[in-house]
Amino acid sequence: MASIGQGVDRVDGRLKVTGRARYAAEFPISDLVHAVLVQSTIGAGTIAAVDMGAAQAMPGVLAIITPDNAPKLAMKGGAQQAVRAPLLQDNAVHFNGQHVAVVVAQTLVQANAAASQVRIRYRRDEPVTSMDAALAQAYPPKNFRNGERPPDSRRGDPDTAFDGAAAKVDVTYITPIEHHNPMEPHATIARWDGDRLTVWTATQGISGAQQSLAGLFGIAPQDVHIVCPFVGGGFGCKGNTWPPATLAAMAAKVVGRPVKLAVTRAQMFTSNGYRPRTVQKLRFAADDQGRLVSMRHDGFSQMSQPVLGEFSEPVGLATEMLYACPNVAVSHRLVATNASLPTYMRAPGLASGNFALESAIDELAVALKMDPLEFRLRNYAEQEPHQNKPFASKALRACYQQGAEAFGWSRRSAEPRSMRDGSVLIGWGMATSTYPTHRMPASAYVRLGADNSALVRVGTQDLGTGTYTVMSQIAANTLGVPVERIRFELGDSAFPHAPVSGGSMTVASVGPAVKAACEAARAKLQRDGGEVAEASVDVKPGEEEHRYAMHAFGAQFVEVRVDAELGEIRVSRFVGAFDAGRVMNAKTARSQLIGGIVYGLGMALLEETHVDGETGRIVNANIAEYLVPVNADVPDIQTIIVPNDELVSNPLGAKGIGELPMVGVAAAVANAVYNATGVRVRKVPIRIEDVLV
Amino acid sequence: MSPNVTRRVVLAATAGGLVLHERIGRADDTTPAPPSALPQKAIDVELRVNGSRFPLNIDPRTSLLDALREQAGLTGTKKGCDRGACGACTVHIDGRRVLSCLTLAARCQGKAITTIEGLNAGEDLHPVQTAFLHHDGFQCGYCTPGQIMSGAALIKEGHDGSDAEIREWMSGNICRCGAYPNIVAAIRDASREG
Ligand code: FES
Ligand code: FES
Repeated sequence: MASIGQGVDRVDGRLKVTGRARYAAEFPISDLVHAVLVQSTIGAGTIAAVDMGAAQAMPGVLAIITPDNAPKLAMKGGAQQAVRAPLLQDNAVHFNGQHVAVVVAQTLVQANAAASQVRIRYRRDEPVTSMDAALAQAYPPKNFRNGERPPDSRRGDPDTAFDGAAAKVDVTYITPIEHHNPMEPHATIARWDGDRLTVWTATQGISGAQQSLAGLFGIAPQDVHIVCPFVGGGFGCKGNTWPPATLAAMAAKVVGRPVKLAVTRAQMFTSNGYRPRTVQKLRFAADDQGRLVSMRHDGFSQMSQPVLGEFSEPVGLATEMLYACPNVAVSHRLVATNASLPTYMRAPGLASGNFALESAIDELAVALKMDPLEFRLRNYAEQEPHQNKPFASKALRACYQQGAEAFGWSRRSAEPRSMRDGSVLIGWGMATSTYPTHRMPASAYVRLGADNSALVRVGTQDLGTGTYTVMSQIAANTLGVPVERIRFELGDSAFPHAPVSGGSMTVASVGPAVKAACEAARAKLQRDGGEVAEASVDVKPGEEEHRYAMHAFGAQFVEVRVDAELGEIRVSRFVGAFDAGRVMNAKTARSQLIGGIVYGLGMALLEETHVDGETGRIVNANIAEYLVPVNADVPDIQTIIVPNDELVSNPLGAKGIGELPMVGVAAAVANAVYNATGVRVRKVPIRIEDVLV
Repeated sequence: MSPNVTRRVVLAATAGGLVLHERIGRADDTTPAPPSALPQKAIDVELRVNGSRFPLNIDPRTSLLDALREQAGLTGTKKGCDRGACGACTVHIDGRRVLSCLTLAARCQGKAITTIEGLNAGEDLHPVQTAFLHHDGFQCGYCTPGQIMSGAALIKEGHDGSDAEIREWMSGNICRCGAYPNIVAAIRDASREG
């Protein structure tokens, strides 16, 4: 029963197309009341006074929670996902749009009306609203990659090698603040039964949410029950337990009734992180044979005030490992501003870092008068050059070849403005994609019946990535039964532990647990006989991580059409070829690939959060002016999955597919825009005004 | 950029003549107090949704979207922005696609409302639902009810002449999971069938 790899329809698809899939805000809980957030309108300072007289007197209002009357939180435990501020525990305002009060009322309409009447007086300080003006105050991160490695690295002597090289680029690239904007805004329903808390919430990590809320409220993790069967997209912003979830639980405690808190689209822009702005300085050089001799990549990324936490955008990671260059140095620095805390966003570090890296590589190829694909092949890293380890597998050369072939790359004219269709300039560009393969410990429970039906439970999540479906396939494949015989359940903290759905690691982590639990249950049934057999299994990664470098790879090829007079840029063709290891489901994998490419097209041409320099207020905090790709922006996309049956990385051979397809898209587009127009744009999004010369 | 243009086109086609419900004000010492929101008397409205009657006692400021989700228990219709910008809340009113977040429930008395829960008859899926399922026209599924309601209306409107036309007339429905190529394929398939 070889169901792994087959493009079976999603097992939860019927629920989704009929509107019966239930998301966090949609659980019918009796006696439910509604909470609405009130946000600060200054960028820095303190709350002087809250006047809630008018609001309090309004119909239906049950409570107005402010820093003056908010219950004190226990703040125990150290769950990594816990965002510990701002949670109404003091009067400080660190950014514009900070939650400063919560209004609870009988109905949503009443809560909204009362929230608009809460009057807050502030003592203002001068906010730091621009990172670029504060670069001189940059500081090294204290906890880079959660303390797993230092923020800087160096091999060889890049500066000396740069000085004597034949071809050089010395450039600065900039990426803007971007917001995840999943279509489902954050929402939480919280209910206390004595000292036990039940939370229906939109999260990428139910285990993290359980640990976080237990610590913040000072109760045992087993007294916190998280329920989350469906997530309406996450892209990183539902990884942490952000203040709105905690404030919902706080509000439920205050009013003694179940509370629903649904964050509005506008509030999403300061409630749950963002991809920080980066300024990246690159100095790359090659010899006259087209061999890279020096790479320096110094990254600065925007931070909130340090008291709110720490997040650094790891822009230099791919620069360390992608090319066989003997002299490489990368560094990461943070710049504090009065903004909310940034966080992971689809392909953190890689999306921003590879835009700069793969654009600068293109610049160097132009300087050398070499075909950019040929230049990359000449510097191909046969083994991981930073840690000097073999790759578990690397089919990047096949990605380049198959992608180029499908795209017709050999017919490209390298001279800018040389390919035309009437008044439209045509440009072709390409870039490399890579994303590390991660794996974490996970557990699974299986109840196998003698009738060959199985119930499988894991406390994991499905963000739309297809977890329900591919785990059903893995179980069916292991047990040798049709997929229809499997019932896979997830999204409940009562189920066995699984890691956060992030870092493209769900299949690599949870899949082996499901496989092992199915094998154990089957062995038990065969040994003991009877009607049913149960098995619970914990699995964890082995030594492979220390012996091998594990990464997924890809090659992105794009055609843009630029109106020579108007500068309008349209993407007309896209080919992506990927080595993501073994694919569990050809259909959902393709959806991941096209979805990632579309996300990358948004980064390349549309997405940017604008901050008012005076007040620190986000001025386009809505999904009409924060432009994201719509259907008419997206051309035909051809995706190629390069076969790779390696099983060293993990027992299923899955190298991760959620983030890989977004990496390199922005660089490929920027390189195509250069080929079309002769204008090198060193920032995204690339706009009309950037190419009108 | 064309996204704005296309959104406007679709908004004009779907939301003409409807009232934007009250914007939420922000508290600040520098701005004058917003006009005090007067206590609103609840009113009785009977909504006709998917052939069933829902007698509701609602605050007159309630949007159709909130009435469906919070009061009628029909959560298939999604809230993505509450401001007419994303299409997640698309329903059919008297056969036309409409953004329910921009529609006051109180104005829907006597109208025939269809939501995703009522698009198919019994166990059989509507052709657009079937096509979305087979073409994987979604990932997270949150935009999906709105996409399907728009897709079904688009076919009836006769805007299914080409892939380019489908793309244009589906551009009022944002899919952040980026399922657009599969959505176009699904609608193309369903339109051939119908
Ligand atoms: S919720 Fe109505 S258009 Fe977004
Ligand atoms: S399926 Fe997730 S937003 Fe469209």
